[in-house]
Amino acid sequence: MQPDLKLYDYWPYRDRPKIVWPGGARIAFWVAPNIEFYELDPPANPYRKPWPRPYPDVGGYSIRDYGNRVGHERQMRLLDRFGIRGSVSLSAALCEHHPEIIAACAERDWEFFSHGIYNTRYTYGLSEEQERAMILDAMDTIEKHTGRRPAGYLAPALSHSEHTMDLFAEAGGVYTCDLFHDDQPTPVRVRGGQRFISIPYSLEMNDTIAYVVNRIEPRRYGGMLRDNFDRLYAEGETSGTVMCIPTHNYQVSCPHRLAALEQALAYITGHDGIWVATGREIAEYFLANYYDCVVADILRKREAAGGDAA
Amino acid sequence: MATPLDPAYLRYRHRRQGMDHQRYAWSQLHQREPVEWPGGAQVAFWVNVCVQFFPLNPRGAPFAVPGGMSMPYPDLRHFSLRDYGNRVGIFRMLDALDRCRIKPSFAVNGVMAERAPYLLSVLRERGDEIAAHGWDMDSPHHGGLTPMEETDLIRRSIDSLEEATGRPVRGWLSPARNESPLTPDLLKEQGIVWFADWVNDEMPYRFHTRAGDLWAMPLPNEIEDRFILVQNLHSEDSWVDQVCDSCDFLLKEAAESGGRMLCLNLHPWVLGQPHRIARLERALDYITAQAGVWPATPGEILRHPSFRA
Repeated sequence: MQPDLKLYDYWPYRDRPKIVWPGGARIAFWVAPNIEFYELDPPANPYRKPWPRPYPDVGGYSIRDYGNRVGHERQMRLLDRFGIRGSVSLSAALCEHHPEIIAACAERDWEFFSHGIYNTRYTYGLSEEQERAMILDAMDTIEKHTGRRPAGYLAPALSHSEHTMDLFAEAGGVYTCDLFHDDQPTPVRVRGGQRFISIPYSLEMNDTIAYVVNRIEPRRYGGMLRDNFDRLYAEGETSGTVMCIPTHNYQVSCPHRLAALEQALAYITGHDGIWVATGREIAEYFLANYYDCVVADILRKREAAGGDAA
Repeated sequence: MATPLDPAYLRYRHRRQGMDHQRYAWSQLHQREPVEWPGGAQVAFWVNVCVQFFPLNPRGAPFAVPGGMSMPYPDLRHFSLRDYGNRVGIFRMLDALDRCRIKPSFAVNGVMAERAPYLLSVLRERGDEIAAHGWDMDSPHHGGLTPMEETDLIRRSIDSLEEATGRPVRGWLSPARNESPLTPDLLKEQGIVWFADWVNDEMPYRFHTRAGDLWAMPLPNEIEDRFILVQNLHSEDSWVDQVCDSCDFLLKEAAESGGRMLCLNLHPWVLGQPHRIARLERALDYITAQAGVWPATPGEILRHPSFRA
């Protein structure tokens, strides 16, 4: 174990090169619905228990199944109304379990990025070979069912190894959602030297973190989304920012909660100067237009501060 | 973490279309035939009231049940505060429900028949639907029980309530909604028709057991008084907002997609408190004032042609 995996350099949030998003937009806004499959009876992992209660954990399993049976369609219709294409954080096995959901998202030209095979199969304890096999399995499965190889990765249940970024970049991936260190895209250092980046995904705006971990009220969640947008929108005038709302169909789509998201989306999309995009679109635009100058800026600042190459 | 995991960790036995088990069919709510409730109603409104006993000396096995004792023995504060619900809170709750002409169902721990015969006689005379809620809140159903032990728990709970109310018990809510792998099979074998442990749907659906199908009734945990007020520590006003927002949302969706259900699971030890009961009244007033709301019991809902055997 190491104190820091050195995935990125320190890069202060001032005097950065100015990012301008397509159409002169000052904020790139994306919604990332997690569409997950949790197994009722997953194998044990030595580092993390998949369910708090003994088999069968009816409560934990069934609320997640609710997301796919009831919640997904609701959230999709809501995003349709605001012209938002979701960037799906996908448990790849859902392609096999629930192809109807995949078809509905594909019809809307949503993006699919990898979220592992199942959200009950963790990276913890896997050898490098095993992790590579799991990453490739998920990418192959998603490509087979959607016609496009995923560009992004959110590791299953946010479980990582020291080599997760390296392995995903070697498999042809372009961006990660696993890092929460910035409000703009940043380069991520991988051992193969690929042009690999982090796209801001947000733990704070994640509905499950808000509702399950922080236990906040739906209307306050809606208010937090608006506050988050207001500040990133204002700062985006200096240099373009990214706002993401990561959602889960079993949290955000409950009847007592959907209005909070609806009101926030109406507010956010009611602004000019906002680029409603997908994770892949943001990553590709950044790579094509800003990656090199950002890398140079980071290097220049590190040298000016007397720092060594990491 | 250099040692690889057993290769079985990356084998997936149930990776195929549908669910990863045989308990029910994969089905998305919006793809089912729309349901038309009686009288053109859009939302069936089901209120279930839990009548529970939390023993002072819990075993806490295989896990500590939410709402149970949390201080060293004897945890009289939580014991008596839960008991408050069955002595005081429930009568406030009954008045609030009666005022709005809502006929609730009651999910009752079997042991309550001996602990509060007066309360059971009140329920008998009211004629409300009684569901069994296991024996007590320290008797969760789990895989560590033998099938015989679990059958006995189910039988005792049903028998006790049938004797006290003189009516058959057809519904079931497991304590803490916990189940063993066999619970649904054993429930069906003991004559249960519907149960409400699984929170994966908003309409009744068929749940397969070795003895035939049960009806899985929707009773969301996420809007419960206990979940919102005790676990999440939201304000009482926020609970009212969340319930009313739920009602608004379901009415709107039902207008486009067919009948929906608004289901509230209530605990007299939570909402029956003097500072909270007015919030229940406010929520009930709001819901019953909406056109298109049909207050209904599980029995009435399951008599609808969409859910007949």
